Amino acid sequence: MIAAARAILRKDLRIEWRTKESVPAMTLFTVTVYVMFHFGLDRDTLDGELAAGVLWVTVLLAAVIGVSRLFAAEREQGGIEGLLLAPVDRTALFVAKAAALFIFLCAVELVAVPAFALFLLGPGLDGALPELLAILALGNLGVAAVGALVSALAAETRARELIVPLLLLPLLVPLLIACAQATEPLFRPVAGPEDLARWLGLLTLYDVVFVLVSVAVFDYLLED
Amino acid sequence: MYSKGFAPLAWATAVTLTTAFALVFFYAPLDADQGFVQKIFYVHVPMAIVALGGWIAGGVMAIKHLRGGDRSWDMRSYVAIHLSIILGVGVLVTGAIWAKASWGHWWVWDEPVLVSFLVVFLLYCVYYPLRFSIEDPDRQARYSSVFAIAAGAFVPLNFIAVRLAESYTHPRVLSQTGGNLPGEMRLTFLVALLGMTLLFVTLWKLELTAKNASMQLKKLRKRARVAA
Amino acid sequence: MPALPLDEAGKYVAGAYVVFVALILVYVAIIGTKIARIEREISELVSEDDR
Repeated sequence: MIAAARAILRKDLRIEWRTKESVPAMTLFTVTVYVMFHFGLDRDTLDGELAAGVLWVTVLLAAVIGVSRLFAAEREQGGIEGLLLAPVDRTALFVAKAAALFIFLCAVELVAVPAFALFLLGPGLDGALPELLAILALGNLGVAAVGALVSALAAETRARELIVPLLLLPLLVPLLIACAQATEPLFRPVAGPEDLARWLGLLTLYDVVFVLVSVAVFDYLLED
Repeated sequence: MYSKGFAPLAWATAVTLTTAFALVFFYAPLDADQGFVQKIFYVHVPMAIVALGGWIAGGVMAIKHLRGGDRSWDMRSYVAIHLSIILGVGVLVTGAIWAKASWGHWWVWDEPVLVSFLVVFLLYCVYYPLRFSIEDPDRQARYSSVFAIAAGAFVPLNFIAVRLAESYTHPRVLSQTGGNLPGEMRLTFLVALLGMTLLFVTLWKLELTAKNASMQLKKLRKRARVAA
Repeated sequence: MPALPLDEAGKYVAGAYVVFVALILVYVAIIGTKIARIEREISELVSEDDR
């Protein structure tokens, strides 16, 4: 199973590296949204809860783009039938897609978080960094698991571009709550983590539940 | 046979609900802080609990469907989820009425249960577009079941998350939805909850019967056309 | 906000219960039309069969 997952993952990463379709678009999207928030909120700098909220909402909206495109390669070249004919364990497919999304999100955040610090964040990132990385890691894991599931659910429907955001965003609300609440004290003028354990705990619970659920039901998707 | 035992169930529902309403207006005492407005709770909260239960039941039925491949479980799951969405509309509307009567605004973010319910409701609303955008009936059933299971797992998670967040920023305003109700109120609430549950099951059976009859009829028509 | 006086509160409470009853009645009406359609189709089938 691991070998199959690694093979699919390598293929997806290679395609993304060559075509550069998802990650640059997602990254550009985040920066554009920062600019929109600047105008929409009429603020030059943000701190505390507003900063945490803007950062996480932006990242999650960018994730929607990535999720929509997760099975795009298979769809466009008719690869889904190929994958299904081969004796590929569905779990391997899920792991590969979730891992790909996780890597894409990390890549996007490598630019999006410093960009956020540059454009909108009042207090600097230095006080926040190690804890922020932990939050980002657990958050990305949750988005990856849920995103892979939603992408597969919407893969065969006609109204894919509509269904993905409508499905993904409510499902991400608990994750958004945990990430924003955990990040908020890190973005205060006097930064320092507060109640981090509680929110990381919630994030971990969320991740565990959705990885388990997705692995359990993935077998019934994309099966013909 | 979906209509088995329907008559006694429907009668039980009618009796229980009527008793519940009578209790609400003639037996339950007036709340000290909220006054008469508190009576909304006897309809708002049971609806919410039953709607959430219905959604989770829909998830369980979906598991049965995927496990056994029997499409009738998917139909049961669909009707349960569909009914809960309708009840959900009622929950949000009665919740808004309560909010307006208590706070002067049609919506408040202070009540974590109501806020959490809104998120879950928004999620389940996507069930329809998801389901009906898939044409192949077998695939439609399968994907709907996957959704029902994922969404069912989501319900408790979301509650926990919203509860944690709101208790952080807003102190708990409402202790009514908790367990510390005085005796007469508790009895009234339980009867109302029972009545709402019976109502759900009755309507669920009713819709399933109608759906099933309609499906059988289609089969008959096809058979008649072929024979002709 | 202090508790509303009885007559004002009454309107809100009545509104909530009316919403509940209305929901059920609308639902029953929809199921009723479904059943009416089923009945119509059955009678059509029967008349086709009689021919």
